[in-house]
Amino acid sequence: MSAHALHRPGDTSAHLLAPQIKIVSTFLFVVCVVATPRTEFAAFGAYLVVLTGVWVIARIPPRWLAPRALIEVPFVALAVLLPFVGGGTRTDMLGVSVSVDGALAGWNIVAKGTLGVLASLTLAATTSPSEILLGLQRLRVPKLIITVATLMLRYVELIAAEARRMRLARIARGHDPRFLWQVGATARGIGTLFVRTYERGERVHLAMLSRGWTGAMPEPNPPRVSTVDWLAGLVPAGLAAAMLVGALWAG
Amino acid sequence: MGGLNRRPPALRVHRLAYAYPDGRQALFGVDLRVEHGERVAVLGPNGAGKTTLVLHLNGVLAGGSGTVEVAGLTVEKAHLREIRRRVGVVFQDPDDQLFMPTVRQDVAFGPANFGVTGEALDARVAGALADVGMSEHADRSPMHLSGGQRRRVALATVLACDPEILVLDEPSANLEPVARRELAEVLLRLDRTTLMVTHDLPYAAQLCPRSVLIDDGVVVADGPTRELLADTELLARHRLELPYGFRLD
Repeated sequence: MSAHALHRPGDTSAHLLAPQIKIVSTFLFVVCVVATPRTEFAAFGAYLVVLTGVWVIARIPPRWLAPRALIEVPFVALAVLLPFVGGGTRTDMLGVSVSVDGALAGWNIVAKGTLGVLASLTLAATTSPSEILLGLQRLRVPKLIITVATLMLRYVELIAAEARRMRLARIARGHDPRFLWQVGATARGIGTLFVRTYERGERVHLAMLSRGWTGAMPEPNPPRVSTVDWLAGLVPAGLAAAMLVGALWAG
Repeated sequence: MGGLNRRPPALRVHRLAYAYPDGRQALFGVDLRVEHGERVAVLGPNGAGKTTLVLHLNGVLAGGSGTVEVAGLTVEKAHLREIRRRVGVVFQDPDDQLFMPTVRQDVAFGPANFGVTGEALDARVAGALADVGMSEHADRSPMHLSGGQRRRVALATVLACDPEILVLDEPSANLEPVARRELAEVLLRLDRTTLMVTHDLPYAAQLCPRSVLIDDGVVVADGPTRELLADTELLARHRLELPYGFRLD
């Protein structure tokens, strides 16, 4: 299922940690990254080391992360152009004239974007989508947002499943989407897909209502989360914060 | 007749009429009374209003005229929660009903919504799964079960809420013969007030002593299932017929 493509099930301590701790820790880590001045190159390297530490604990191989991090590419495409089109002082790099300000701006986007994507992927890899919702709920995120997210999660899987069935039915009737001129059938299918998914999502919602759903996932036996768990979970964020403070102090 | 403190019936539908927002009238005054412990089949062709009726029983649809009472409690917004506990609807497609990562979590979803917690909740889940013979699959994902198993888990998710009346929408749809028979055995063992919406007439004959025939949004016949099914003219008038080779003796 596509919603679970980002989740890598496991039983490491990073996986077993309560989801709300991981959400808070990821959020604080990203805040530190974003708040770091762009010229503190060492700090960015240190953030990557912290993340690597988490990957070692969670047993996430870089090979698994790399293709998923590619989602960032469209967003950083612009950043690559900045050194060439930026104004201000210019300098020569490998024989090409680049703008210092533009290069720094581009670096800022690439470094912070990559660290942000990697941190999010780490959270997603160790926490299943339903756990993330549970974590948000425990963090008292408004009920409406949780409801929308729950239904969205449900829809993503439904859309994928419906699309698979419709594709099979088309292929069974001799459709070969590898040929460009047959793309039209796929495009027309999207409209049908929307209606079918909407109707099914509606039925799922009715079935949930019929079993007394009120908008929040019931949590009959909430597990106790100890202070030790919180402290352990916040170590990466704490390290990032220490580096940020250190970098600002030294700068 | 004439008992002094008679229990209210398990279900009482009085002159229920409903039109969809697009103006299509689906129900034209349905009357139905189901006593405690009865198993009643609701028969009718496609588009007769069967599913619309079901969605009124637990207040998912409302806004037409007429009343629905479940064990004496009127279906209205003020006690929707209690109504939904009392009326357990098993939907036609188990894929619409099952959405949690494991069978156990899915079965616990309903009773947890109704405030059952701790050991009581565990007992409910274990009991419901045992009732449908799915105890050993509690920790599997519903996605990985066969069609018949999914259907039985969907039934367990509703049984776990301990409903006063069990409402089944086309329970035998898309089931292979063995799964169909196994589900019938489970349902016969349950001994609960049951309303079964179907156009599988042999299934109605096997499971429900009484049947109600609905067409064009009204009840057109109500009586012992065998008598209804023996009336071929009545069935033909309402686009129903017994499958080829099926005999009622």
